[in-house]
Amino acid sequence: MQADTRIDGLRVAVTGGTSGLGLALVEQLAALGADVAFVARTAASVERTAQATGVHGIVGDVGAKDDIYPIALQIAGRLGGLDVLVNNASSLGPAPLALLADTQCEALAEALQVNVIGPFRLTRALYGALAQSAREERGALVVNISSDAAVNAYPTWGAYGASKAALRHLTAIWGEEAAADGVRFLSVDPGDMDTPLHAIAVPDADPSTLKRPADSARELIAAIVAALPGRAARAVA
Amino acid sequence: MIAADRPSPAPAKLLAIDAEGQIRHKRRSDLAMLFDAGDLIVANDAATLPASLSGTHQASGKPVEVRLAAWRSSPATRGRGTAEGGGGGGPLHHAAHGPPPPSQATWEEPAVALPWLADPTRFVALVFGAGDYRTPTEHRPPPPLIEPGDRLALGPLVATIANVLGHPRLVELCFAGGGDAVLAAIARHGRPVQYAHVHAPLALWDVWTRIAARPIAFEPPSAGLALDWRTLAAWRRRGVGFATLTHAAGLSSTGDPALDRRLPFDEPYRIPASTAVAIARTRSRGGRIVAIGTTVVRALESAAGADGGIEAGDGVATGRITRATRLRVVDAVLTGVHQPGEGHYELLGAFAGDATLDRMAAEAEARFYRAHEFGDSVLIERQPRAPRRYSTAPMIGPYPPCPGGSLRPSAGA
Repeated sequence: MQADTRIDGLRVAVTGGTSGLGLALVEQLAALGADVAFVARTAASVERTAQATGVHGIVGDVGAKDDIYPIALQIAGRLGGLDVLVNNASSLGPAPLALLADTQCEALAEALQVNVIGPFRLTRALYGALAQSAREERGALVVNISSDAAVNAYPTWGAYGASKAALRHLTAIWGEEAAADGVRFLSVDPGDMDTPLHAIAVPDADPSTLKRPADSARELIAAIVAALPGRAARAVA
Repeated sequence: MIAADRPSPAPAKLLAIDAEGQIRHKRRSDLAMLFDAGDLIVANDAATLPASLSGTHQASGKPVEVRLAAWRSSPATRGRGTAEGGGGGGPLHHAAHGPPPPSQATWEEPAVALPWLADPTRFVALVFGAGDYRTPTEHRPPPPLIEPGDRLALGPLVATIANVLGHPRLVELCFAGGGDAVLAAIARHGRPVQYAHVHAPLALWDVWTRIAARPIAFEPPSAGLALDWRTLAAWRRRGVGFATLTHAAGLSSTGDPALDRRLPFDEPYRIPASTAVAIARTRSRGGRIVAIGTTVVRALESAAGADGGIEAGDGVATGRITRATRLRVVDAVLTGVHQPGEGHYELLGAFAGDATLDRMAAEAEARFYRAHEFGDSVLIERQPRAPRRYSTAPMIGPYPPCPGGSLRPSAGA
C-alpha cells in the first residue's frame, strides 16, 4: 500500500487494535502513512502488533476507569496531539449470548462499561487534544463503532444492542454539541465481520458469508477522509 | 486568605481589577460574561504529566521521591530569550545568558529537540528524601548523597543520574528504555505533583484542564482549571476570541529557598500559527489580549518582538517576568490568588503597581479568597504606566549530554 496524502501524518488512535476490525485499521492506516497509536488489554498482543506494524502500542482496558488517563496521556504524548479517535474496542456482554432474562447484571454492566462509559471517558479525556487539532485546522474526528444491533431488536443481543444503542445516541448528541468546537462525531456500522467477537457471538457462522475486516477497515478509512474536509480535498499520491 | 484543600469547581470567586485599578468581586462563572467582542483569550493547552515518582536510591538503599521538573532543554531549542533575555533580535536571537550558539544547521532544524517529538527519557528533576507530599516541601528531608552514574529504581522505571546541577536536590536524569515504554511507565507509576495543602492524593483527572492536549507540563497550568466548554461557547457567541499555545509549565516550588530563586526553569513553548494570526488581528483592531495563567504571559512575552508582534513557532522561555518587565502583548491575566513573596505575585507587578496589589491582597484576605491551584481566581488588567528598564534574571544554564551507556537497565531492575 502506498502512502496517501489524505492520510499522511494524520494522528489516529484506535482502541481494540490487536484483532478484528481494529487490527485491520491499524495495519492500513500505518501503511497509508498515518501516525497511529492503538490500545489493547493484553501486553503480549500489544507488543506483537506494535512490532509488526511499527506503530505505538498502549496496554490498557478502556472499561477500567483508572486506565483511561494513562491511556490518554500516552496517546497524546506519543502522537503529539490527536486528530482522530476510533472507539472500536467492544464487549459482547454475556458470552455466549443470552436472553435478557438470563443475563447477569454484571454482564450488562460490562457491556456498558466497555461500549459506552469507556468511549465516553476516553473521548472526554482526549477532547482537549481533539479541539486543539480543530483549532489548528487539522480536522478532528471521533469515530464510534456501532452495529445494526444498535437499531434492530435481535433476541439474545440485548446487552450488546442496548450498549451500542446508547453509544450511537451519545455520538449523535456529542456531535451536535461539539460542532462549534470543530470536532466531528461519526457512528459507523462496519457490518457483520469475520472477527473474534463475532465468533464468540455466533460460533457456527460460515466465515465465507461474513465481511472481511480488511474490507470494513477500507470503508471506514474512506469515511474518515470524507469527514475531514481539508483532507478529502487533497489528491491521492 | 485560606488554602483550598481539595479540587473543587464549587462556586469559586473572582477578584477582578480593571485598568483603572478598581476592584470588583464576582463569581468565577461570570467569566463567561466578561470581556468584549474583539477581545482574545489565550490559554495554555498543555496537559500535565504525573511527574512525582517514588522509589529507591540504589547505592544507599534509601527511599526517594523524584519530581520531574523540566525538560532537559537542548541547545537547539534555546533560541528565544524572554522579553528581558536578549533584546532586539529576531525570533531566534540568543538569550544573553544562554549557551554558545550551535551551528547554523541546528538552527534550521529546531524541531528535532522539541520535547513533544523527542523521547520522553531525559529530564531535569528534583530529588527528595523519605516521605511524600503530605510533608510541606520546605520540611522534606534531603535525599541521600547522589552522584552522577547513580541509579534510582522508581517502580517500573530505572533512572541514571547524568548530572547533579549545582545543588544536592537538583539532577539531570535519563530513563532506561525507549520512549513508548518510558512514557507508559510514567503514566502508570507517576502521580501528579502536589503540595501539602491538598490532603487527598490527586489523580490526573484532577489536574488536567478541560482543554488539556499535549502532556508536557510538570504542574498543571492551573488558571486553566477555571475554563469549561460552556464558558468557551459563551465567549464564542459573544464574539470573544479564543486561542491557545502550549507551554511546558515546570515545578513551581522546590522547598529550598536557594533553588526557588532559580525558578521558573527554562520552559519550552509552542505558538501555533493560528494563535499568532489571532493575536495580530486582535491587536490591530484594538482588542485586549487576555492570558489565562502566568505560563501564557511568560510564553507570549518571550515570543514578542519589540513591536509586540508574535511569531508562530517554538521557543524556550528563560527569564522571569517581574515589576520591571514592560509587557508588550498581554493586556490582562487570569491567575490564582497569590501572596506577596510568591513568584507569581511578583509577576503581577508587571500588570499593576504596589498600591493596587496591596489592596488586592487585603481584599482577598478580608473576603476569604482561597489560594493555591484549586482555589479562587484573580483577573488583573494591565495598568498604564511609564516604561521601565528590562531586567535579566539568571536561570539554570545549559546541561551536558547524558553519559553514554547509561540507558541500559541494570540486571534485576
